[in-house]
Amino acid sequence: MTTETLIWLLPLPPLLAFFLIVLFTNKNKALSHSIAVGAALLSFAGSMVVFFRAVGAEHFGEHPFTSFVNWLPTGDTFLKIGVLIDPLSAVTLFFVAWTILMIFIYSVGYHNFGQPQGDHDHKGLPPHGATVADAHGHQHTVLSVEPMYSRFFAFIGLFAFGMYTLVISDNLLTLFVGWEVMGLCSYLLIGFWFAKPSARAAGIKAFMTTRVGDVFMLLGIAFLYSATGTLTFREIFTVETLHVLATTITPVFGLSAAGLIALLLFIGTIGKSAQWPLHIWLPDAMEGPTPVSAMIHAATMVSAGVYAVLRMFPLLTADFHGHNLTPTMSVVAFIGTFTAIFAATIALAQNDIKKVLAYSTISQLGFMIAALGMGAYIAAAFHLVTHAFFKALLFLGSGSVIHGMEHGVLHTGNHHIDPQDMLNMGGLRKKMPITFWTFLIGGFALSGFPLVTAGFWSKDEILADAFAHGHWTILATLSIAALMTAFYTMRQITLTFFGEPRTKEAEHAHETPWTMTLPLAFLSVFAVGFGWVGIPEHFPGIGGLLPNWFHHFVGGTLLEHPEAVEFSPIPLIISLVVALGGLALGWLVYKDFKAGQPDPLQKPFGPLYGFLQNKWYFDEFYAFFVIQPVIWISEVFTNAMDRGFIDGVLHSFGKVALWIGDLFRNKFDKPFINEFLGDGTAAIFQKAGHELRYTQTGRIQSYLIVSASFLIVLVAVLAYLFLA
Amino acid sequence: MQFPILSVIVFTPLVAALIIFLMNGERKNEIRVTALAAAVFALALSAWVYFSYDQSLAGYQLIEKYDWLPVLGISYHVGVDGMSTPLVLLTGLVMFTGVLISWGIDDRPREFFAFLFLLAGGVFGVFVALDLFMLFFFYEIAVFPMYLLIAIWGWKQTREYAAMKLTLYLFLGSVFALVGALAMYWQVGLNTGIYTFDMLAMEQVGAMAGMVTIFGYSIPFQVFWFLPVFLGFAILGGIFPFHNWSPDGHVAAPTAVSMFHAGVLMKLGAFAALRVGIMLLPEGAHYWQWVILGLATVNVVYGAFIAMIQKDLKYIIGFSSVSHMGLVVLGFATLTREGMVGAGLQMFSHGVMTALFFSAVGMVYDRAHTRQLAELGGMSKPLPWVAVAFIIGGLVSMGMPGFSGFVAEFPIFMGVWKTQWVVAIIASISIVITAAYILIAVRRAFFGELPAQFEGHIHPISVLDKVALVTLCAVMIALGVFPGLMAPLVELGVQNVLRLLGGA
Repeated sequence: MTTETLIWLLPLPPLLAFFLIVLFTNKNKALSHSIAVGAALLSFAGSMVVFFRAVGAEHFGEHPFTSFVNWLPTGDTFLKIGVLIDPLSAVTLFFVAWTILMIFIYSVGYHNFGQPQGDHDHKGLPPHGATVADAHGHQHTVLSVEPMYSRFFAFIGLFAFGMYTLVISDNLLTLFVGWEVMGLCSYLLIGFWFAKPSARAAGIKAFMTTRVGDVFMLLGIAFLYSATGTLTFREIFTVETLHVLATTITPVFGLSAAGLIALLLFIGTIGKSAQWPLHIWLPDAMEGPTPVSAMIHAATMVSAGVYAVLRMFPLLTADFHGHNLTPTMSVVAFIGTFTAIFAATIALAQNDIKKVLAYSTISQLGFMIAALGMGAYIAAAFHLVTHAFFKALLFLGSGSVIHGMEHGVLHTGNHHIDPQDMLNMGGLRKKMPITFWTFLIGGFALSGFPLVTAGFWSKDEILADAFAHGHWTILATLSIAALMTAFYTMRQITLTFFGEPRTKEAEHAHETPWTMTLPLAFLSVFAVGFGWVGIPEHFPGIGGLLPNWFHHFVGGTLLEHPEAVEFSPIPLIISLVVALGGLALGWLVYKDFKAGQPDPLQKPFGPLYGFLQNKWYFDEFYAFFVIQPVIWISEVFTNAMDRGFIDGVLHSFGKVALWIGDLFRNKFDKPFINEFLGDGTAAIFQKAGHELRYTQTGRIQSYLIVSASFLIVLVAVLAYLFLA
Repeated sequence: MQFPILSVIVFTPLVAALIIFLMNGERKNEIRVTALAAAVFALALSAWVYFSYDQSLAGYQLIEKYDWLPVLGISYHVGVDGMSTPLVLLTGLVMFTGVLISWGIDDRPREFFAFLFLLAGGVFGVFVALDLFMLFFFYEIAVFPMYLLIAIWGWKQTREYAAMKLTLYLFLGSVFALVGALAMYWQVGLNTGIYTFDMLAMEQVGAMAGMVTIFGYSIPFQVFWFLPVFLGFAILGGIFPFHNWSPDGHVAAPTAVSMFHAGVLMKLGAFAALRVGIMLLPEGAHYWQWVILGLATVNVVYGAFIAMIQKDLKYIIGFSSVSHMGLVVLGFATLTREGMVGAGLQMFSHGVMTALFFSAVGMVYDRAHTRQLAELGGMSKPLPWVAVAFIIGGLVSMGMPGFSGFVAEFPIFMGVWKTQWVVAIIASISIVITAAYILIAVRRAFFGELPAQFEGHIHPISVLDKVALVTLCAVMIALGVFPGLMAPLVELGVQNVLRLLGGA
């Protein structure tokens, strides 16, 4: 099979799995998950073949795998759709295939496959546990299988289809298709437990918020198409087209066409990658099952936003000459940097194990966006890949923790204990050793623990880039954000795994089955090892031992291969200090945390703590300044305009018409026409008839006389006429 | 002589209406079967027309022309082009599914189906008419049964008001359009000595304005008459501020009539506005482009906002139609290829989509006896087919890729951006709002708790209902995945329009 054909086939197995499960196998749980995992495995195997062929190809950047067909005819030309695997998408395909497969496998365990049906479970609610009797006749409550088990696998299959489609697209149109399919699946999966009002609301919130971004993206696509007549990346990213776009000035803020298109597309990313100010949906999205959080809301879909900016990077930097950032790049850099620190502050004060990770995801995506805004293409791509691995690992780890806690909750029967609240945990390292060690690896990668972890290398590269180009504000802000990252990560690890169990439930927590721990083990390998493919060549000591493969490979995507930044010890020192310092601080502050205590940060932070805990009150802000006005506009349109003015005018026309009709009828028709003309004429005739009655004598003779005299007169007249 | 397929299509519903009218009103099942047979026949023929249109030849095809009143230049002249062929298919689809879901109508089905088919015949007639007089003739045939259908079989609370409102609006519009048409007729006659209602001849006259003013309609003439003609027809397309008859009409109409009303009748307005307004008076279209663009933009955004806070499912769909039909007019008003192709596709896509929406809402209402969102909930449990169909309709409505709505809206937005980017940005607000009202409706009506009083009282839908829902969904998905099934055809129609506009 040629590589191109293989690429076309990559998204199909999960789509097929979706249809098979929905149409045929939804009653059979084992068959459903076999189909889904099998499909993921097929796509995974295909992706690996494509990836390694790509790695082995010569001058791959100039000669990527590509192929297309005509799709939507537009006049003389066709809107083409096709596939493209270049270095960037090859690397993306690599981590997407790995994380998707791991998460599919994990879902089998997460949804309690093999456990009995729940006692009171019903569709739309998480399973509540089942009562079983053991050999001695003792009643136990154990975890029960998810009632909509098959449906879950169908949905994630559809999602995987969307993600693969997005990655292999050679054009914005199919990229957008994958983008929207994922958005839909995200909505369906966040609201998977649809009987929970909070889950339904979160689903709608996610969909609506990302929709705002999508609309701008759509406009950007429309603009791009009308400006260039094509949506295919390789046709847009030619020197000539980019030059034209960069030199065309639009009426919007004086931006160049390239800048404006990039900005519009970037707004799509703000929505999808949950950047400030459209970040509000991602924390709420944690209502979904944890594999969903790991896959959609950490590793793949939210990464797709960053991927889209990477894809459009030539456009973003079309009018950038290496000195001052263009207006669009400044916006991108600002949004990314601000989001990085803003979300990190919120993560400091969250107690829900998944919410911490959610804010951490927002913050890390901010790092990547900031890097892109500075033009640090490789650094952003590198962090994208490493983050996908270690964040998927962390989410799956947190799911494992929650699962272990739920086990404890079922054991004690105390359902008031929130199994996601870190304050209820503690000491889990002994109960769940595999989860602990893998979580520790993921957490250290996130913190950027020096030298060993992947997160260190990728984050260090972003800071080095900011330093090398003199973006001091960005450097300072991101460094503080990185410090906070290490701090809240250590807080999370300490609260969850160290110390003594703070509740009975934590005491009875239990390690999860192999289907859940195996993916954790695989992902932790990447959370460490993937950093080693991108070690800068001039790094002291170990630089050059391994070639900086990532830089050479991914750099080939761009027409102009980016230069590696010169090595400087300063950003390295910063990296070391913030990572180690944050971790140490986190450990020191939380190591003696006891049950029932307030958070140690609460006192020194004062009212700021509440501000952070309430997420800077952004939800309230939007409710007041966006949702209320929209409803208000709708009310005005409906009541004042449509029902009031337009119908009012119509009804007053009706009234006027009635009034005129009335006028005609009562003032003219009746008195004049009817009574005067109509009745009047009749009266005259009646009167005449009455008078003439006397001529009707009834006697033949008198009629004859009258007739005869008429005849005579007639003949006389005729004779006169003819003779004259 | 070739088989006069278009005439057969137009007269099938009319003859069927007559036959049904003569049948014994008590034998309801026979009436239903007759109606279904006629609908299947019409659908088959319209599919035949659709697939036999030769794209390599383009232009008007399957033409039939007979003198009717030669003294006045009136002929029976029918034919289809790339714009009207999809609409003929659409009418066939709506007629077929409309009969299926009206199976349960028990109150005088004889008269109901007779009037419904009279309407359908009129609609077919308008789409295939190539003679302006004929177009008006069928137009009135299509509009008049609406009054009876709504006033007799409609929702008791508002049916008389709504029927009256609808009829008055539509006749008012057609009077304006008629006056304009007569003006065109006399103008051709005065200039050339040939008095004709033949639109193919009038097309040429209109397009010549730029070059030879002696023969063509002069530019001031076109500028003067464009607005009455265009708006007169566009009222039936639900253009702001003359849209109010439409949601009220939907709410009062019985399900099948709503399907016809939103599915094809509103297309009739947009189609006639294109065919008579833009194609015969192209200079007028250029002159008034900004006004139309503005009104359509208001439609798009305004309709969406109002739909968002409606409490009644049918009002939501009704106002969403106002919003989506605004996109059609918006596409036309761009006078660009992309915009018009999108508008052509949107007419078809929206027709199928609203037919689906109204049939789904009708099924819910027939069982729950309420359409108030506050009183509904959890309907996905007893009515899973309806819920899935409604969601698919919602995805089309939101312009999700993979469904026909995206294929239609995307070119429209491309065309609008080309014409005026500010308008594109304003109109795009509706995309967000659309997602909001669809999700709200889906959530409130189909998910959440099933109210206790419905428990066990919601009987499942019939096989016929399922056939109708599946047919409509399948068409939207097929078009969404393979836009090449329809887009090239519409493109051919648009080329002709652009030629008249002097653009291509």
